[in-house]
Amino acid sequence: MFERPLLRFVPHGTRINFMRGRFLGLVTSAVLSVASLVLFFHPGLTLGLDFRGGIVVEARTQGPADFAKIRAALATQHVEAAGLQSFGAPDDVLIRMDTPPANAPDREARTQAMVDSVRHAIATLPGAQVLRADAVGASVSAELFRNGMLALGISLLMILGYIWFRFEWEFAVSAVVTLVLDLTKTIGFLVLTHFEFDLVMVAAILTILGYSTNDKVVVYDRVRENLRKYRTMPLAELIDLSINETLSRTLGTSSTVFLAALPLALFGGASLSGFAWVMLFGIVVGTSSSIFIAAPLLLLLGERRLRRDARPAR
Amino acid sequence: MMYYSRLKMASVVAVCLLGVVLCLPNALRQPSAALPWRQIHLGLDLRGGSYLLMQVDMPSITSDRLQTLADGTRQALLGAGLGYRNIATDAPAGTVTFTPRDPSETDADLKALRAMPTTVPGEFSVDRRQDGSIAITLSPTAMRERAREAVTQSIEIVRRRIDATGAVDPEITRQGDDRIVVELPGISDPEHVKRLLGTTAKMTFHMVQDNALGTVAGPGVTLLPMLNAPDQKLPILDHVEVDGSDLTNAGAAIDQQTGEWAVNFSFDSVGARAFAATTRANIGHRFAIVLDNKVVQAPVIRGAITGGNGQIVGGFDAQSATDLALLLRAGALPAPLSVIEQRSIGPSLGADSIRAGALSLGAGFVLVIAFMGLFYGRFGWYANVALLANLVLMAALLSLFQATLTLPGMAGMLLTLGMAVDANILINERIREEVGRGRTALAAMQAGFERATSTIVDSNATALLAHVMLFVFGTGPVRGFALTITIGIVTTLFTTLLLSRMLMVRWYARTRPTVLPV
Repeated sequence: MFERPLLRFVPHGTRINFMRGRFLGLVTSAVLSVASLVLFFHPGLTLGLDFRGGIVVEARTQGPADFAKIRAALATQHVEAAGLQSFGAPDDVLIRMDTPPANAPDREARTQAMVDSVRHAIATLPGAQVLRADAVGASVSAELFRNGMLALGISLLMILGYIWFRFEWEFAVSAVVTLVLDLTKTIGFLVLTHFEFDLVMVAAILTILGYSTNDKVVVYDRVRENLRKYRTMPLAELIDLSINETLSRTLGTSSTVFLAALPLALFGGASLSGFAWVMLFGIVVGTSSSIFIAAPLLLLLGERRLRRDARPAR
Repeated sequence: MMYYSRLKMASVVAVCLLGVVLCLPNALRQPSAALPWRQIHLGLDLRGGSYLLMQVDMPSITSDRLQTLADGTRQALLGAGLGYRNIATDAPAGTVTFTPRDPSETDADLKALRAMPTTVPGEFSVDRRQDGSIAITLSPTAMRERAREAVTQSIEIVRRRIDATGAVDPEITRQGDDRIVVELPGISDPEHVKRLLGTTAKMTFHMVQDNALGTVAGPGVTLLPMLNAPDQKLPILDHVEVDGSDLTNAGAAIDQQTGEWAVNFSFDSVGARAFAATTRANIGHRFAIVLDNKVVQAPVIRGAITGGNGQIVGGFDAQSATDLALLLRAGALPAPLSVIEQRSIGPSLGADSIRAGALSLGAGFVLVIAFMGLFYGRFGWYANVALLANLVLMAALLSLFQATLTLPGMAGMLLTLGMAVDANILINERIREEVGRGRTALAAMQAGFERATSTIVDSNATALLAHVMLFVFGTGPVRGFALTITIGIVTTLFTTLLLSRMLMVRWYARTRPTVLPV
């Protein structure tokens, strides 16, 4: 263990013919992405506080949370919770409220004032304490949402630009199309798991995009190298060779990132485990899409151009 | 590729040692104030506290200025013996308009108005309109300048008010054009602070119009509600006799005669003079103390008050009297502030988060190290040494920037560790491949380093781009995450391209193996 490696992912010199299954890969991906888009419109993402606005108060009660009592205490302060749910432990309760409707007067001030009302209500329950209280006004949530989307959009454009600059446009376009497909699947995952979509999730998605791009760049880098090395090899064969050569690395790196994120998903606490599960999902999707989507797309786009003089691929 | 000069080796080791030294402040107590002592701060989500995002009410700055401009216009015209009708302010347009008593006075009006004092040069222009009226228009540049100053001044006053509450390490920063972020570590219930900051505390002294039989508003007169009885309204002259900004001190005390809580204040010389003049000239009349457009009290002036001291009694209790004194001492906000976002975390939740984060970080670290040892042998252990150095250097850079460690930031560190070994995996796999092609140990290592370097740089550059974007567009804890990963990528490039390679090269130079442990 301290000298020679004990384990190995793939035996040396694999020759798996990935490109044979390229249409299967693309079709599976397209189906999953379309399904995710359907999920995105119905039932849609569970927006978190950052993007929805309103208030969330997390409180710890003495003994298991009694929702009826909490509702009664809130009623004495003239507020009504849009949602009460237990959170983590049985004595933890999450109280949610929406922002007042758009045409209500003093909308922003009332959103902020609700937090104090909830605090006063919690204070009337014996032994209860507020762990966390957040209130986000409607104007701020709209702005946070816009900034989150802007960060996503600009990152994609910059990745496109960078790969274009370092490789060829075929590489850049197939990478970004693959990233968008990854993104839609992640959104589908978020809808299915009911993880709240907030700024932390945008951070998770951007990290996935970064990781996934990284993975594609490694394969592309090898394709570029092999394009110079094997001048006459058909592109399909060349891409297969490049994937096989980098397979061990691809699996190695995705395992280390997976292993690093796994404890976070398991013990990271309520606020980070959602983030970590999305990361884990993204690692699996990002790794497989490098092989089954980005590479076939590159073959599709580059078949004519990158290997002009060679005979067409099988 | 296979040679490290003594100088280069010494530099790599020195950087690692420097990293250790820079980490020390996080673990030790500062021995002397003279030593530079930079450390990582815990974010509010880890130590507990409150975050408030406040919006400065910009339109009120314009309407306030228009109000004083209208008042100044009246004074200027009356002083020059000129008459006016229909004086009005238009806040969206930023104008004060009126109609001259007689069209023949127009030129004299223009002259008198252009001589009015301005707060900034070229603040307004005075023009005659087609319909014969005269318009005084505030210039947009001057107003922008004024708004910018108002935010700067608001930050200063917010700081004074928060300092007066005894909060520890508050952070007050400007965000965008018209917002202020207030971070209060350790204060998990910000209700009191919110109340203090939500009060403009603009105190002014006006005369009450007492020739009126009823309560009517008219030109230059506004009906204002009483602070303790909002249904009861008094007609107050708009003209400010004395401004609360001329106060030098204020304190809460119990009034000796009534036993009620009161706020005592004293004027500076300008305020005292104005106050004495007003009271001397208006004996027998009522004057009003107005706080944020509410009448606190409106006593009848019994004699000239020349000492420059005064007292406000308005049905206060100990808390409200103390708060008002604090607000008067700190000064009025130039415009009302409103909270538009608040987040507060109790201390127990923060401690839970630190525990969860540290546990995950530790477990993730052990898993990655075990993986590298099992799958890559000796070179894997070199990668693990580099990984440890990476962790130290990340902590060192975060301390150097005095960065704030947030919960997402801890997640960022963990992911960086996972990604960091990627560079080593790339190198090791490449060497393995080259060995498989039948190269000698030396050639294989050389080729491995050479070929893997461009891949490492390319793949890290794209990840860097994504996180710089996140830093630019993110807010709060998410920025902490982006900063951590960005720093992590930089340290990763150092530890893998220089440190772990150095370990491998040194090992090769020492043993000269013919077969590599791959």
